[in-house]
Formats: sequence, C-alpha cells, structure tokens
Amino acid sequence: MRGYRSKFLSAAFVIASAVSAMAFSPSKPVEFVVTAGAGGGTDIFARTIQSIIQKHNLMSQPVVVTLKGGGSGAEGFVYGKTGAGDPHRLIFGTSNQWLLPMVAKVGWKREELTPVAALAFDEFLLWTRPDAPWKTAGELVAAAKAGNIKVGGSQSKDLDETLLRIVEQVAGIKTTYIPFKSGGEAAVQLAGGHIDLNTNNPAENVGQWKAGQARPICVFSPTRLAAGPKVTDTMAWSDIPTCKEQGLAIEEYKMPRVVYLPPNMPAPAVAFWADVLRKVFATDEWKEYIARTSQTGTFLAGEEFTRFMVADEARSRKVFEAENWLVK
Amino acid sequence: MVENFTQLMQGFAVSLSAYHIALMMAGVMFGLVVGVMPGLGAPNGVSLLLPLTFTMEPVSAVILLTSMYWGALIGGSTTSILFNIPGEPSSIATTFDGYPMAKRGEATKALTFAFLSSGFGALFGVVVVTLLASSITKFALLFSPVEYFLVFVLAFASFIAFGAGSPLKTIVSILIGLALASVGMDTISGSMRLTYDIPELIRGISFLVVVIGLFGLGELLETMQNPYAAKAVTTRLDWAEVFRSAMIWPRHYASLLRSAIIGCWMGIAPGGPTAASFMSYGIGKRMSRNGANFGKGEPDGLVSAETADQAAGSAAMLPMLALGLPSSATAAVLLGGLLIWGITPGPTLFREKPEFVWGLISSMYLANVVAVIMALATVPLFARMMQVPFSITGPIIAMICVIGAWTVAGAPFDLWLLMVFGVVGFVMKALDYPLAPLVLGMVLGDRMEDAFRQSMLLSGGKFSAFLGSPLAVVISSLIALCILVAVMGAVRRRA
Repeated sequence: MRGYRSKFLSAAFVIASAVSAMAFSPSKPVEFVVTAGAGGGTDIFARTIQSIIQKHNLMSQPVVVTLKGGGSGAEGFVYGKTGAGDPHRLIFGTSNQWLLPMVAKVGWKREELTPVAALAFDEFLLWTRPDAPWKTAGELVAAAKAGNIKVGGSQSKDLDETLLRIVEQVAGIKTTYIPFKSGGEAAVQLAGGHIDLNTNNPAENVGQWKAGQARPICVFSPTRLAAGPKVTDTMAWSDIPTCKEQGLAIEEYKMPRVVYLPPNMPAPAVAFWADVLRKVFATDEWKEYIARTSQTGTFLAGEEFTRFMVADEARSRKVFEAENWLVK
Repeated sequence: MVENFTQLMQGFAVSLSAYHIALMMAGVMFGLVVGVMPGLGAPNGVSLLLPLTFTMEPVSAVILLTSMYWGALIGGSTTSILFNIPGEPSSIATTFDGYPMAKRGEATKALTFAFLSSGFGALFGVVVVTLLASSITKFALLFSPVEYFLVFVLAFASFIAFGAGSPLKTIVSILIGLALASVGMDTISGSMRLTYDIPELIRGISFLVVVIGLFGLGELLETMQNPYAAKAVTTRLDWAEVFRSAMIWPRHYASLLRSAIIGCWMGIAPGGPTAASFMSYGIGKRMSRNGANFGKGEPDGLVSAETADQAAGSAAMLPMLALGLPSSATAAVLLGGLLIWGITPGPTLFREKPEFVWGLISSMYLANVVAVIMALATVPLFARMMQVPFSITGPIIAMICVIGAWTVAGAPFDLWLLMVFGVVGFVMKALDYPLAPLVLGMVLGDRMEDAFRQSMLLSGGKFSAFLGSPLAVVISSLIALCILVAVMGAVRRRA
C-alpha cells in the first residue's frame, strides 16, 4: 500500500512540476511596489489595479501595496531590482523607469527590470491662470518672447520640465521653470496666481479648472480628448484644442503608466502577469478609472512595449543632451 | 457662518447612523493600537485599511480612515511619554516634558493631560474648520513659496529664540539636522546629494529612524548608566488618579487656548502638525508662568505641545479638501483614498459634495471624543508599566525601537542608522548639546530649502521678495519680533 502511495505521489509531483514549468501562479502574497508617494498618480494606478483584481478574483493570493517613492521613485526601482527572480513583486511606475537613469546617478538600468505592460497614458495640458492675457498657444509664445514667463511643475528634470524644454526648443522661447514636489502643489500655486503656467495632467488640475481658478490652453495630443459631460459651465474636455492645432508643433507628449517585474524573470511568470493585467484592462472599472482621470487607455505588452520604451528613450535623450542633463 | 451650521447639522444626520458610529469606534480603536507602535504610525495604518474601503460609500470610507487617524494621533503620545520614543514626528515635542513627568512617577498625570489636551486641540480645530470651511480657500491661496519659507523661518525663530542653553551648541545642532535633511534627491536640481553612490541613501535619511535612535535608544543608553533613575516613585495607579488629574487639567486653560490657536494657524497655513507643536512649545516657554521649568517635566509644556499638534492635525483637513494639499504623510494617503473613491478635492468640493464634506466634519467631533475616552481608559494599564523594573523594560524598549525603525521602510540599512543615531544621541546629551534643534532642522530643513530656492527662482534672485506681499510683511515682522525678544532676553540674563 505504502509503495503505491509513494509512487502515486511521485507521479503527481512529476505532473505538477511539469505544469509549473508551463504555467505560473502566485504561491504567496504579492507585493505591489509603488515608485511614488502616497496619493499620487502612481499610487492610485496601483491601488485601482489592486481593487479590480480583488473584486474580479483574478488571482488567488492577497496583494500588499508598499510605497517606495524616495528619490523620485528611485527607491522603488532599486528595491525591485533586488528581488531578482521573484515573480511575487510587481513594480508600478511611469517612464521614470528609463528616464531617471539618464539624468541621475541611480542604481539600475532600463534593461535590468523585466517589462510587463503599459496600461494607461496620462495626458499633458498647458494650464494658465484665468486672468492671464494670452488665450491661445500662439499668444502665449508671443508673450514669452516679450517677457519672463514662470512655469511650475512637478520635480526637476522630470516629465514636466522635459516637456517645457521641448516647448522652448520648438517655439524658440526661454522661460523660468520652478520645480515643486508634486503637480498638486503646482496647481495650487497657479490658482494663487504665483506662477503663469503649469503642464499638469488632467486629474491634477481639474479641481481648479472647475472652480474657475485655472484655464486650459491646449493639450499635447494628436487629437482632442474624448468627449464627455461638461466639466465647467461651458466646456468639456473635448473643447480644449490640441497644441498642434494652435501652432505649437508638438505632436504628442504622454506619460505611460507601466508595470515591471524584477530581473531574471521566467517567461511563464511574465506571461501570467501580462494576462492578469490584460484582464484588468478589459473591466468596466478600469474604463471608469480611465474616464474619471481623463487618461487614454492603451495596452502595450511584450515587443510592442519594449519598442515604445526604446523610442521614448531616444527622443528624451536628445532633449537631455541639449539641456546638458545626462549623467556620465 | 449660519449656513455652515445648518450644513453641519445635515452632516450629523449622515454621520450619526449606527453604521457610521460603529465604523468610528473601530477606526479609533485600530488607530490607538497603531499609534502606540512607534514607526508603524498613522500613515501605514491608513494604507493598511485603504483596500477595505474600496467597496464602501466615500463618506463611510473617509469616516473610518479619519477616525483611525485621530486614534493614532492621540495614541502616538503614549510611547513618547512612557519611553521617550515618539510614535509620530509630531509627538516629539511631547517627549520634552512628558517623559520627565513619567520618570518622576507622574505617568498617569502626564498621559491624562496629554490625551485631554489632544482632545481639546482636536475639538478646537474642528470648530475652526466648521466656522471657516467656506472662506478658507482664498486665504490659503495667498501662500506662494515666499510665504511658505517665512512660515518655516517663523517656526524656527519662535522655537529657537525662546529656548535656553548655549547658542553655539544650538546652532551646531541645527546645522547637523539641516545636513541630514539634504541627503538624497534634491527637488530643485533633480540630482543626488551626499549619497556617495550608496543606493540606500537615495531615498534620504528617514526622519523617524533618526528620531527613534536619538530619543529612544539614546535615552536608553543614558538610563543604563544609572538604572535606578528609571524606576518610578511608587504612586497609586488607579482610576481615581486619572480622575484627579482630569480635575486639575483645566487650570492650564491659558496654555490650552494659546496652543490651540497656534495649532490651527499652522494647520491651515502650510506648516503642519510637527512645526505647530514645536512652535507652540517654544512660545509656551516664553509665555507660561512656569516657562523656566519647561523641559524638566512641566505640565504646561506637555499641554502646549499636545494641544497644538492635534489642533493642527484637524485644521489641516481644510487645505486637504479645498486645495488637495496634504500637510502630513497621513493626509497624503487619505488624499489618495479620496481620488480612488472618485472624489476630486478642490475649491468646488464643498459645493458639489456637501453630504461628504459635512459628514466628514461632523464625524470629527464625535470620533475625537470617542478617541479621548478610549485612550483615557488605557491610562492605568500603561502607567503601571513604569513600575516594572528597568532590567525588564530596558530590553523591551530596545525591541520597540528596532521594530519601529524597521517598519518605516523595511530596510536593513535603517537598523544600522538606528544604532549610529542611538550613540549620537547619547554622546550629544552627555556633552549637553540640545537634540530638539537637530530634529527641527531635519523636519523643516528640506521644505524650507525648497521654498527658499523656489522664491529665488520666482523673484529672479531678489531678497526684497520676502517683503513683497502684505502677508509676507506680517510674517516677516513676527520673525523680527521673535529675534528681538530673544536678544532682549539674552541681554537681561547677562545684566
């Protein structure tokens, strides 16, 4: 009897290990590492995915969210790198992942983490104070040529400042950039009239827009934003012109929201997580999150995602080179 | 204002349902537990509970999480008083007089005073929130980086100017704090400072780890030199003692009122609870009749710190809701929660979602009363801990310090920092260098530096910006007044 059982068990073991070589499923609680502070866009991105996974039972293990936002997210990416081979640690971030190593001495390179997917693209707009004399991007450029325009944004040498430098190069102007800790702070400074412009994402400035304390000039997108209900008494998101439409020749500038795994990841684990995220992407809750935060929902994984990163890295490197930001 | 009261009453209609009262109780209880554990603290506690709220109505979710916050803020003073380990950055000033009182055998009185003062501060803050709710946005929008910088300088000036001790040693201590604050990524230039390519230093030196080292471990080392000093004078620790303390507590009405006003001002102006408690302590030292005893276990000092801390905590709800600006780490987590629940903070929130805003405000009244009563119930239990011999409590305190430092970021590197700062704290105390200015430098240094450099960018490098608006002139004058008082005090002492 004993012989039988042990034979049966070993057979079961062989089958089980064969299955696990093909498929992966988490065997312990999964850690979602947020490479930003509490309450920021990345935190909400990760927690929205957490809540959707929970609600639709897309995975059997519980999720723990840890915030590691020190050094503009460097803390979280370095922590991700230390988990080599551990498929129970997902890293949530933005294009910071490949931009930060170019401009600051941090402990990882883009290729070192395993890319899983990009799920959303956040838009950038030019916002100004309501009493500003300029109404269009053209008038703004003319004003910037005549005098000193003060622009606030989140962090230094980060997405906001990069976008501003691109605008400067394209329009042939010079402005003063003032870095704040977050887009929220830049929104409040604009509402108080202490700065002239910011380049916030829709969600960061919508509260002030509703209250008439900020005015959108244009959006850095090839087409206008999706039509929806009116945000203010007279305007909806789709009423905001694109910057290109207004003569500011920047086709597109977006911030991807991305998910990574640590280095040395077996292919089945990457496939498992890409599949879970694809399922998240298909839910109504996800669509509702995208609409509420006025982002664009686009799912990129595998080759497609890598191609996107490489292209974005190359474009940014040109800007950084011109601004002399690259670290050697 | 009359309108605010009708709104508040409608808010009570929302918050006084049985379900919401149960949530409040649960939140406060969990908060007290979390607050007592140093390092775990309110921000982590709120993060832990956040996933539970995804399926709740926004107003229920916010009541649960804020109740937890109030519980944690009140509970946070327990370890500050008993073991000199601040559970939250904002309860550091509580250790200055709370711990000496406990060491003297007055743990019951110290805890009772701290909890009651917290409750008073919180309620005062909520009343201010109720009265000013609709008009606050305009005031808060007046603050540009220039005014931010001046508010931080004012907090420094009022705390340092009224302190005693060697000015040179105080300055050395501040400078160490400022240097520690500058480690990590610099907001203005985006480059790494003082990290020496050590990956662990990229996120900067955690303020809480330093504080637990300096105060908790440092104090432990000092006590080891003379273990019997830690043994409490035996007092009868019972309910009657709590009651007697509560009866004499109202005598500190002057400190209570003054500190509550300072707390509210710093909660709405962007200083936050930590700066508020330090500033209130500094001013209290000057204004109180017993100012000379501050730092030696003076109840007035304890009352000043605790009241301002909690008043600032509740008043800070206003800028969070109306502007989306969190004034503390916990407020930042709550802000994230708001966005997930589909609530956009901003000037129009009060108009768009009155049932949410006023449901929250009205719950703050009740939750804080519940928190104080529950906290008071634990006093005899905690006070008894002071009678346990040092050979037993010593190792327990050491363990609490290590757990506290670990929970901040889960990083082994932090444990080494903890050891280093334990020794630093011990040496500084032995050489009579004050620790508080170091902590203040570390807490405010980072934001103060950012605000200064932002001001300079905005003004094109002109210092006249610091007198550039009516508000800036007022704050600058207050700073000048503090310095004048300090200089006059020094002259008088010498004469």
